[in-house]
Amino acid sequence: MPVNYFPAEFEVIRNYDKCISCRACERQCANEVHYYDADFGKMLARENRCVDCQRCVCICPTGALKIRPNENAFRKSANYTQPLMTEAYRQAGTGSVLLSSMGTPKDYPVYWDKILLNASQVTNPPIDPLREPMETRVFLGKKPTKMKFDKNGELDTTLEPSLTLNVPIMFSAMSYGSISKNAHESLARAAEELGTFYNTGEGGLHKDFYKYGANTIVQVASGRFGVHKDYLNAGAAIEIKMGQGAKPGIGGHLPGEKIKEDVAHTRMIPRGTDAISPAPHHDIYSIEDLRQLIFSVKEATEYKKPVIVKIAAVHNVAAIASGVARSGADIIAIDGFRGGTGAAPTRIRDNVGIPIELALAAVDGRLRHEGIRNEVSIVAAGSIRCSSDAVKAIALGADAVYIATPALLSMGCHLCRSCHTGKCNWGIATQNPELVKRLNPDIAYHRLVNLVTAWNHEIQEIMGGMGINSIEALRGNRLMLRGIGLTEKELQILGILHAGE
Amino acid sequence: MKKIYVNEERCLGCHLCEYYCAFANGSEPEFYKAFRLGRNAVPRIKVEDGNGINFAVQCRHCDDPQCMKNCIAGAISKVDGVVKIDHEKCVGCYTCVLSCPYGCVVADGGHSASKCELCTANGGTPACVKNCINGAIVFEERGETA
Repeated sequence: MPVNYFPAEFEVIRNYDKCISCRACERQCANEVHYYDADFGKMLARENRCVDCQRCVCICPTGALKIRPNENAFRKSANYTQPLMTEAYRQAGTGSVLLSSMGTPKDYPVYWDKILLNASQVTNPPIDPLREPMETRVFLGKKPTKMKFDKNGELDTTLEPSLTLNVPIMFSAMSYGSISKNAHESLARAAEELGTFYNTGEGGLHKDFYKYGANTIVQVASGRFGVHKDYLNAGAAIEIKMGQGAKPGIGGHLPGEKIKEDVAHTRMIPRGTDAISPAPHHDIYSIEDLRQLIFSVKEATEYKKPVIVKIAAVHNVAAIASGVARSGADIIAIDGFRGGTGAAPTRIRDNVGIPIELALAAVDGRLRHEGIRNEVSIVAAGSIRCSSDAVKAIALGADAVYIATPALLSMGCHLCRSCHTGKCNWGIATQNPELVKRLNPDIAYHRLVNLVTAWNHEIQEIMGGMGINSIEALRGNRLMLRGIGLTEKELQILGILHAGE
Repeated sequence: MKKIYVNEERCLGCHLCEYYCAFANGSEPEFYKAFRLGRNAVPRIKVEDGNGINFAVQCRHCDDPQCMKNCIAGAISKVDGVVKIDHEKCVGCYTCVLSCPYGCVVADGGHSASKCELCTANGGTPACVKNCINGAIVFEERGETA
C-alpha cells in the first residue's frame, strides 16, 4: 500500500454513551463513512472519507455525533499552509487539475461587511412597515427615455418587455444536472409562490417544469445545451451567460456520471458523455456578435421577452457592461468572484475575478456617467448572503439581486463544497435517485419561500428605518451607505463616504 | 378517520421511525437511555427496504381485521376505527401475529402482542409521523371507511 501523504480532513466524534447504534448515520452517508462493527458491537467511522456535510449530525436521533477538523497538523507555516501542502500531495498523486465546488472559502475582503447603513433620526422620520405601505416590487428591463404621444395626443404607454418581481430577489442559475430534479422543482415552485424567478442554468428545462414557465428564466450558455425554440419561448426571460463569477473565462463542466437518462434528454446530448461548455461562445467575439445573438433570441421569441446578459465581474467589467448595455440587452447580471459553482478548477475559483461590490459600483457609475443606465437593469450576484447584503447591493445601484447559495442552504446544503463528486448527501447536487429522494420538494420549496419572505421583511424594516417606502427610492442611493475601515481608493470606487463624513 | 400513510417516493429507509416508535411506546423518558438501557418497546412500524424501494409498514386498521377475528382471548377490539389490544386480556398466544397479512402485530416480549394504535395513548400525532426526517409518513384523512 502506498504512503498516505495526508491525513483525514475531519474527525468523527461519537459520544458512545448516547450512540444507540441505530445505524441511521451509516444508511444516510453516501461516502460510506460510518459502519457497524459487529465484533466490537459499536459504530465506527472511516474518517478519511468524510466531507463534513453534517448530514449524520443533523439526523442522529440522540445528538451523539460531532464532526470537527482533524487536529493533526503539519508543521506550521504561514506561507506553506496545510491546505496548500495537501493539494500538492493530491496533485502529485493524480496529475490532475484540482476541482472545487461552491464559492471560494479564502479570506478575501468582504466589502458588504465594511459598509454600514443609514437610519432616520428626528428630521425625516422612519417608517413602520407593519403599519404603512412598503413597496418592494421591482420591474426589470429597459425604461422609457422619453414620453411619446400618439396622433390624438394620448400618452403611448407601451413598454419594452420586462420582468415584474414582487421581491427584489431571484434565484440564480443552477442547471438541471448540476442540481437534482427535486431541487429544481423546489426552486420553481418557490419562485411561483413568491412572484419572482428562478433560472434554468445552462442545462435546459425538464419537460415537467414547462408549467412554471411564467416564473422561469431560461439560460443560453456557450454549450447551448437544451436550447430550442420551445425552450426559449417557455420562459419569461432569456439569459445569455457570458461568464460566471466563480470561474470567469471558462465554461461549465458536468461530468458524464451526472448525465443520466433524464439529464441527457433535457440537455439533448448522449447519456454518460461529459457536458463541457466551451470557454467562449464560438459565435461571439465582439459586442456586435453579442448583439446578433441577443436579436436572434429576441426574433425567436417575437420580441416579447427581455434578454439578460450575465457577465462575470472581471477587471474591466464597467467597460464590458457599457458594451453589453449598447448591444441591446435589457438586463445585465453581474456575478462576483465569491459566487458559487457546481464544479470549478480550484485555482480559478480562488484567484480569478473581482468582488461584486466593487464591480457593481463601477458598472452603475459608468452607465450613469454615460447616460445609459435606464437602458438596462442591473442584477447583482455572487455572494449576496443575507438581506442586508441585498439592501447594500441595491443602494450601490442594483435593481435586484440573484441568490443561489442561500437558496441551497435553505434546502439543507451545509457548504461541504463537494458538489463535483455527485454524492450530495442532501439530495441537492446529485443525480443518484436514492440521494435525490432525500430532498422532498414539498418541504424544500416551503423553506425557500420562508427564506425569501423573511429577507423581504428585513428589507422592508431596513428601508423603513431609512425613511424610504419604496425600493425604487433605495436604488443607487449611495448616501445611505458609509464605509468603515476602507481606504480612500476603495471609497472612491464604491462611490460612498466614510463613516463620520 | 385519520390514518398513517407512507409515501414510498419519499421514504429513505433510514429506519428512524422504528426507533421513534419504540421510544414512544416504551417507558423511558430519555431517548438515548431507552435504547441504551433496553427500556424501549418493540417497534410497531417496520421499514421494508432494498432494491431502491423503501416502505415503512404499520397496522392498516383493516375493515375486517384478521387479528381481531382470530384472537382466542377476545383481547383485540376496534375502538373508533383503531384496532387495539387489551393487554390484560391478551394471553400471548400470538395467533394475531401469525394471522396479520401485513406482519404488523408484533410479539413484544412481555407475553403479550402489540401493534400500532396510532399513538392514541401517547397523545397527538403518531411518533413516526412527527419524526420522519423526509415527511414521508403522513397522518391524514383520505376518506377511507373506518
